[in-house]
Amino acid sequence: MSPETVAAPSAAVTKDPAGTDRARSRARAARNRSHLVHGSRVLLLVAVLGLWEWLARAGAVDPFHFSMPSRIWEQIRTWAVDGTAQGTLWEQIWYTLYEALLGWVIGVVAGVVLGIALGRIRFLADVLGPYIKVLNALPRIVLAPIFLIWFGLGPASKVASAVVLVFFPVFFNAFQGAREVDRNLVANSRILGARDRQVTFQVVIPSATSWIFTSLHVSFGFALIGAIVGEYIGATKGLGLLVAASQGTFNSAGVYAAMAILAVVALLAEGLLTFLEKRLFRWKPAEAGSDR
Amino acid sequence: MSTHTSPAIELRGASKAFRTPSGALHTAVRDLDLTIGRGEFVAVVGPTGCGKSTTLTLVSGLEEPTEGEVLVAGEPVRGIGDKVGFVFQQDAVFPWRTVLSNVMAGPRFRGVPKTEARERAREWLARVGLSAFEDRYPHQLSGGQRKRVALAATFVNDPEILLMDEPFSALDVQTRALMSDELLELWSGTGASVVFVTHDLEESIALADKVVVMTAGPATVKEVFEIDLPRPRRVESVRLEPRFIEIYREIWASLGEEVRITRERSAADVA
Ligand SMILES: Nc1ncnc2c1ncn2[C@@H]1O[C@H](COP(=O)(O)OP(=O)(O)O)[C@@H](O)[C@H]1O
Ligand SMILES: [Mg+2]
Repeated sequence: MSPETVAAPSAAVTKDPAGTDRARSRARAARNRSHLVHGSRVLLLVAVLGLWEWLARAGAVDPFHFSMPSRIWEQIRTWAVDGTAQGTLWEQIWYTLYEALLGWVIGVVAGVVLGIALGRIRFLADVLGPYIKVLNALPRIVLAPIFLIWFGLGPASKVASAVVLVFFPVFFNAFQGAREVDRNLVANSRILGARDRQVTFQVVIPSATSWIFTSLHVSFGFALIGAIVGEYIGATKGLGLLVAASQGTFNSAGVYAAMAILAVVALLAEGLLTFLEKRLFRWKPAEAGSDR
Repeated sequence: MSTHTSPAIELRGASKAFRTPSGALHTAVRDLDLTIGRGEFVAVVGPTGCGKSTTLTLVSGLEEPTEGEVLVAGEPVRGIGDKVGFVFQQDAVFPWRTVLSNVMAGPRFRGVPKTEARERAREWLARVGLSAFEDRYPHQLSGGQRKRVALAATFVNDPEILLMDEPFSALDVQTRALMSDELLELWSGTGASVVFVTHDLEESIALADKVVVMTAGPATVKEVFEIDLPRPRRVESVRLEPRFIEIYREIWASLGEEVRITRERSAADVA
């Protein structure tokens, strides 16, 4: 009895620092690894850009067609400082962003509402299902010129293009999410006293949110595509117009510069969405090895 | 007055048939007669797949019988009533709600004001020993703790009738014994009538006043055994008593046959 009671605490004392030591070295290893990953990423980018610049300067690739990083950077600087032919650069970015955002919000709201409604109401799903399938099968980007005719050169036609691109992925995910709700949860909530409305808003929609969020990531990209393509076909302002104008004057650096700006905008939006998602999904277990 | 003298639950010749994907009718429950008195703890045992869960869904109003009658407190069941609580076999807590919010869900669904619902929920969380965990999400709890949340969420509604479908079958043996004791304690204060479905004969004897043995599917009552072990009981100690073992032998003689029939059937299906 007594040797045990003596041995136990001393074992605990010697074990504890060893444990924290191991934890510390493991944390250090994780940090080192993350430094290595980030460093390698930067290195890869520098290498690609450097190679591109070098090949263009050496004349191995034609800078007139393929441009080069220094010219693209110079183009972005000129736009930012002196403005573009259509006005300041910020105005162009804002226009595109505004059209994409508005189209995205409308498309998402419509997609979620219809998706959940069809997922919950069997009759609606049976009636509308085939039509939605047909519409989804259309290559919707060809609607952009039609919208231009309908809604004119202003933002409305771009918003419309963004909406039709965003709607379908969001709709299908919301529909699927509403359909795949755990039947046990629904039964349980009904036993606890939930009415149909409460089941929809407090059980079906919360369980469908992770499905819906998956589609939000993809669909914001689609909204940007819709806005850009719309602007490219015909507009008075926006990044898509910048691409079209640069292309018209054989300014390949301009095309690349607009693309680079777009990429940055898309990345920022994606980051914001991921941040929101993390806050909204605190109830979910952290995925093992998720590192986005 | 008649509602006071009528039994808590009455099934009269109840049958339930499901349409299988191939279009054929599959009878899960046939001609079931069962009466459960007020405040009685009844355990239902039977081989797997015989129709025990289906019987509970009939009583809860989640499903309607194809034939016969189901009465709760003397009234025929029409949809889901507010007298019934149901603890499911699988986890049925809302993963996006905290522990406290999960237990508040029932009263909130039924229109109880928020502050009152919170108060009642806290009371029940204290009773199941989870007060310190009210801000956690279900995924941060152990299986036993999640089951406690489910129990609190059910009891907070003050059900007159408590339906439990193999509620502890997913837990390890020690936790199961612990939860059984806790259930008896929680129940003793409520006066609710309990139907406890299980395929574990020991569990059913330790808990119940009456053990109902079902036949191999389609389910119907084969035999009913009165359990005359004194209360309060502790699950771990009661199962060592000679009388317990006696009762176990007696019931197993009846249940074992049905289990054998089920096993032979599934063997025939495979062959
Ligand atoms: N919704 C359903 N549709 C078709 N068959 C079902 C359904 N629910 C249960 N069954 C069938 O009814 C029988 C009894 O099921 P169940 O009541 O779950 O058994 P137990 O709970 O006793 O294991 C099983 O053969 C099962 O396959
Ligand atoms: Mg079952």
